[in-house]
Amino acid sequence: MTEEREALIAAVREFADAELAPNAARWDAEKHFPTDTLRRAGALGLGGVYVREDFGGSGLTRSDAVAMFEELAKGDTAIAAYISIHNMVAWMIDTFGDDVQRERWVPGLTEMTDLGSYCLTEPGAGSDAAAITTSASRDGDDYVINGVKQFVSGAGSSAVYVVMARTGEPGAKGISAIVVPDGTPGLSFGRNEQKMGWNAQPTRQVVFEDVRVPTTNRLGAEGDGFGIAMRGLNGGRLNIAACSLGGAQWALERALGYVRERETFGAPLATNQSIMFTLADMETELQAARALLERAAAKLDEGASDVVPACAMAKRFATDAAFNVANTALQLHGGYGYLHEYGIERVVRDLRVHQILEGTNEIMRLIVGRDLVNRL
Amino acid sequence: MKIIVLVKEVPDTYGERKLDLETGLADRAASESVLDEISERALEVALAHAGSADGVEVVLLSMAPESAAATIRKGLAMGAASAVHIADPALAGADLGLTARTLAAAIRRTGFDLVITGNLSTDGSGGVLAAMLAELLEVPNATALSSVEITADSVSGTRSTDDRAMRVSAPLPAVISITEALPDARLPNFKGIMAAKKKPFETLTAADLGIEPQDLSVASSIMTAIAEKPPRTAGVKITDEGDGGTKIAEFLIENRLA
Repeated sequence: MTEEREALIAAVREFADAELAPNAARWDAEKHFPTDTLRRAGALGLGGVYVREDFGGSGLTRSDAVAMFEELAKGDTAIAAYISIHNMVAWMIDTFGDDVQRERWVPGLTEMTDLGSYCLTEPGAGSDAAAITTSASRDGDDYVINGVKQFVSGAGSSAVYVVMARTGEPGAKGISAIVVPDGTPGLSFGRNEQKMGWNAQPTRQVVFEDVRVPTTNRLGAEGDGFGIAMRGLNGGRLNIAACSLGGAQWALERALGYVRERETFGAPLATNQSIMFTLADMETELQAARALLERAAAKLDEGASDVVPACAMAKRFATDAAFNVANTALQLHGGYGYLHEYGIERVVRDLRVHQILEGTNEIMRLIVGRDLVNRL
Repeated sequence: MKIIVLVKEVPDTYGERKLDLETGLADRAASESVLDEISERALEVALAHAGSADGVEVVLLSMAPESAAATIRKGLAMGAASAVHIADPALAGADLGLTARTLAAAIRRTGFDLVITGNLSTDGSGGVLAAMLAELLEVPNATALSSVEITADSVSGTRSTDDRAMRVSAPLPAVISITEALPDARLPNFKGIMAAKKKPFETLTAADLGIEPQDLSVASSIMTAIAEKPPRTAGVKITDEGDGGTKIAEFLIENRLA
């Protein structure tokens, strides 16, 4: 690691130690979304990690980003994961927006005074994202948007919604990416969903009833939306995987401390060979996941042609491995692992959803498998 | 105005801190090295003033092994304009006298209106360097300040002692030391970290400053003995039989901890 990246990671670690870790249990229990803390994350530079610098981004690489999200997640996995989604939104506007759009939305997003939400999934369209039915019909210089988006992180608190909506034919080619600012008439939100984990960030439906925005809010050309959504998800998958890794690494370190100190049958747990083997497997799985993740991040940085399967396999492997490691850390803690107080069960609950979102791990296998079969 | 802030890399107080029994030096490999928190607070005093007044330049100064460069750069990331790093193996194990002579030479070379130090490092815990520097630089000295106000031509503050607080002030140039009553330092942000690598960073040797570390004509301290820290013994257990509070108070008084 270069000295500069070490300094950047150290700054993220200090932030996670001071601002996230001491509050994670309370935010989970109280379902509190700490928007003030997020503003401080923005001041640090976490609002647009790989957004260009001219409108306030940090201009760093994807390789920097995965190392940062791992550190953040050691403090609070659910908040780290929200920051990951926010970064995906900021990057999409920065990358596909024109200068007028960038100047309007990117500064607030990078400072995290404005939060971002990504609206793709619908009640009737999840893995089959090209089947979305939310429509944006042309009316003069406006789009009129109607439909419902499901499982939207940050919904109700965000200032900026990047919405995938149908502007044309059925299928992937008829979708456009449109920015809808909070407060636009006709925009409303469902209740804060009751979830297994990720309690520190709100998840709501976003409802569009004749929501009128100018066509100049569209990112890229009409019909580019699906491609934009998918390109956003490449990096999103890496960051979510990095969040998994951080949560699991934290759980492993806790488990290590516990098995060294906890005595059973007259000796510390750690002297038991079955415990030793378990720890070795946990460490190996996480190292392998990190290597796969760093490889995919490097490919994204250099624009390699096989970036899509590289991100998909890293996401699939890391989120599965990390969930298993966290769950094993819970088991190693015995009954204490099941108590809120120890924090392990919270990480297990938070990490479970990483196997589902940003593309389920089944879809990840489909991407990797299709690429393999088509290549041969 | 030029403010020089003395910063020091120290072993992290969260870790095990050890002395090398052969050399008597701190065993730097035994724990993580960090920027001393009191150095960060001293830097915060300077940066806060630089943020509120025009034309204030904040320079970091450190005498430390070459490996401390990354730690010093953290001070640049926090907002200092430049750094002077005196890195010379011949200065390893320097006593306070040699340290003060070397730092004073570097301060004169850089030029200064105000020098800010922590009152006491967490490793050496000498607590006299600020006074030694003021003596060598022939400027006024205000130590252990728990509040600091800087103007274009003076520095003043509150000096806390065991039984009362005093208001002290001095015309510039001057040397002050501050206590941990002053605010925590700001966290460096990514922009600061990226900018730090482009800021002037000067590395000097003792010879560059005209200092002869082995000069035997100057009085210096010698170490006569060093020993391993005694192993931790079991603590005293006070059982509460209705008089637990009194017993604890007696214990604290007896051990001069009250």
